[in-house]
Amino acid sequence: MNYSPIRQKYLKQLSGKTLFVQGDAACGYGAIYAGCDFFGGYPITPASEVAELLALEMPKVDGYCVQMEDEIASIASVVGAIWAGGKGMTATSGPGFSLMQECIGYAVMTETPCVIIDVQRSGPSTGQATKPAQGDVMQARWGTHGDHEIIALAPNSVQECLSLTIECFNLAEEYRTPVILLTDGEIGHLREKIVMPDPDDIRLTSRRFARKGESIFGGKLIPPMIEYGKGTFTHVTGSTHKENGMRDVETQSVHDKLITRIYAKIDKNREKIIRVEKEFIPDGEYAVVAYGATSRPAKGAVIKARKEKKKIDFLRLITIWPFPRDEIRELGKRVKKIFVPEMNLGQISREIERFVDCEVVPVSKIGGITHSIDEIYKAICE
Amino acid sequence: MSKKHPLLKYLREEILPTVFCTGCGGGTVLNVYAHAIDELGIDPTTIVSVTGIGCSSWIPSPYYKADTLHVLHGRAIAFATGVKIKKPDMKIIVIAGDGDIAAIGGNHLIHAARRNIGLTVFLINNSIYAMTGGQASPSTPQGVPATTTPYGNPEPSFDFTQLAVASGASYAARWTTYHVFSLLKSMKKAITRKGFSFVEIISQCPVSYGKMVGKRTASDFLRLYKESSINIKKAASMKEEELENKIVIGEFVDKEREEFTEALRKINKRVQ
Amino acid sequence: MSTLSKDFKINKKAKIFEIAIDEDLCKGCSICIDFCPREVFENSDKINPRGYYQPKIKAEEKCSGCKLCELLCPELAIVIEEKQQ
Repeated sequence: MNYSPIRQKYLKQLSGKTLFVQGDAACGYGAIYAGCDFFGGYPITPASEVAELLALEMPKVDGYCVQMEDEIASIASVVGAIWAGGKGMTATSGPGFSLMQECIGYAVMTETPCVIIDVQRSGPSTGQATKPAQGDVMQARWGTHGDHEIIALAPNSVQECLSLTIECFNLAEEYRTPVILLTDGEIGHLREKIVMPDPDDIRLTSRRFARKGESIFGGKLIPPMIEYGKGTFTHVTGSTHKENGMRDVETQSVHDKLITRIYAKIDKNREKIIRVEKEFIPDGEYAVVAYGATSRPAKGAVIKARKEKKKIDFLRLITIWPFPRDEIRELGKRVKKIFVPEMNLGQISREIERFVDCEVVPVSKIGGITHSIDEIYKAICE
Repeated sequence: MSKKHPLLKYLREEILPTVFCTGCGGGTVLNVYAHAIDELGIDPTTIVSVTGIGCSSWIPSPYYKADTLHVLHGRAIAFATGVKIKKPDMKIIVIAGDGDIAAIGGNHLIHAARRNIGLTVFLINNSIYAMTGGQASPSTPQGVPATTTPYGNPEPSFDFTQLAVASGASYAARWTTYHVFSLLKSMKKAITRKGFSFVEIISQCPVSYGKMVGKRTASDFLRLYKESSINIKKAASMKEEELENKIVIGEFVDKEREEFTEALRKINKRVQ
Repeated sequence: MSTLSKDFKINKKAKIFEIAIDEDLCKGCSICIDFCPREVFENSDKINPRGYYQPKIKAEEKCSGCKLCELLCPELAIVIEEKQQ
């Protein structure tokens, strides 16, 4: 069984029920289904509702939801709780996400499996606090300093907020890495009908613990973890370290080996990690690539265009990072133009350009209002 | 007669001697801390050391042998909060420097004390950012020419223990690396108190700080600590002018109140 | 430095202590020399394997076992043990 008796009972009571909730709340439920027992957060629009849901529900499953004094303390407390044996998550938006970057890097370096929800809002800076955007895509990839890979998923419905949050936890445990759920203010505050899964149907990736003498910072591509308090005297540091966890910043090969391995954990497993939703038609000439909230009007525009006999392929990115370059390469060979509607000035479109020779047309809309079907349809038809 | 100190077993012996400069107060703190754990009979497997970045952080990481979490500059207390909530029965001990805990980490110190989370925090105050070469810290006295205050530090310095008291610490004390016997007693209390326990340890840095103030040996500092320390009980009846340039040492507060993880567990019990 | 050493007389029934300085750890900081209340240590020209001037135990018989040096030592290099008589 995946869960403690108290959590199993709680989830069984929810099983099969239809709820009408916001995306943020669904993320919270997803965390509970994933076995999360520690949430550290700080209020920020439009992510506060994740913390509010968990503040209500976590104690019921004997977990802890704590409001910390700032975003840095939020993610720090989550990482600490994870080394103490917990499964941890935090949720924030752009300004908080910016503050958390140093600690995300710490989680990368120490290979701490944690989940960070970024409910993107219009920026930079305070921006349009209450309005959605997709401007943190590149920040999710490169926000923290130094060479690193990262995993980021983008839901496009409230149901996916629940299911992808569970997926984030599984990916975090599988690859011993922080994982970002790149949702946005639109999906986060949208209320939709969701059906609560049966806990017996949920597949959870368990944390692997090291046997005596086994290294937790080397030895295999993805080493096992430990839990503090088991007599292992484990030394965890954000400095470059040897396979036994002890700091060594002098030896060039130690750093090379460590960072290359951490990078390879995700890079060498792209096929297992990447998920996209492909809707290619046999003779597609153009394509629309979209993700998150924008993928909904994008799909609507594609359907409308196909009714007019236009030959449009549609690709929805569920995994944003690592970037689905193989799928994009394949698409680029098939079509003449790729349209990329985004609520930013062109972040994924830039990434797509790197992998295709065909024309890439960003369909950008900023200012806090999602694209309409017609706006994207017009752009496709030009 | 054996030459190795029996308490070296509490350290990661294979990497000794320490990289501390000759006469570093950090070494004395490591010494007294090992004595404290030993005299309390605490099993080191029940300790998690959490620390940030700085010379003082080397006391727990890598020297003291326990589960260790060496984190970002200033954030040790925030990480330690998460560890304590998940492991309320373990001793979560933060040992770090003045810049780390009270400059960049000031906010976390204040809130951890306010919450009264059961952490033990040893703030090693050497009045300087030693590891990075001698920049001014919030406890560098006014007038001192540190590397970032070459014309003399224009800022007044901090009283960290008073900050901890005002923020709500259950136990707060200040000692120096000269007053090792009192420090040992106080560290033992801080480790065994349930709530947020804080000990500020004035410690000598004969190299990075010493060169700014013309004190190049540990003994120069220890003599100063010995001569200018006044116990808080005596200081209570002294005038402000008499206390200028004096170090007030002693126990500032020692009163238990509900500890944070206890409060959280109570909520869970009530809700379930 | 000390105020006691000049007038001190050894009590024949007093406990006897043995002092050892670990030459692999000592960094010659002189805290023990400067703060022993009975001036048991003194400077010397002996250089230990680490390259530091190691203190010399001048008057072990005067050691009262107060352990101030042992606790002050930044390297845990001093061990004071009561000699079983």
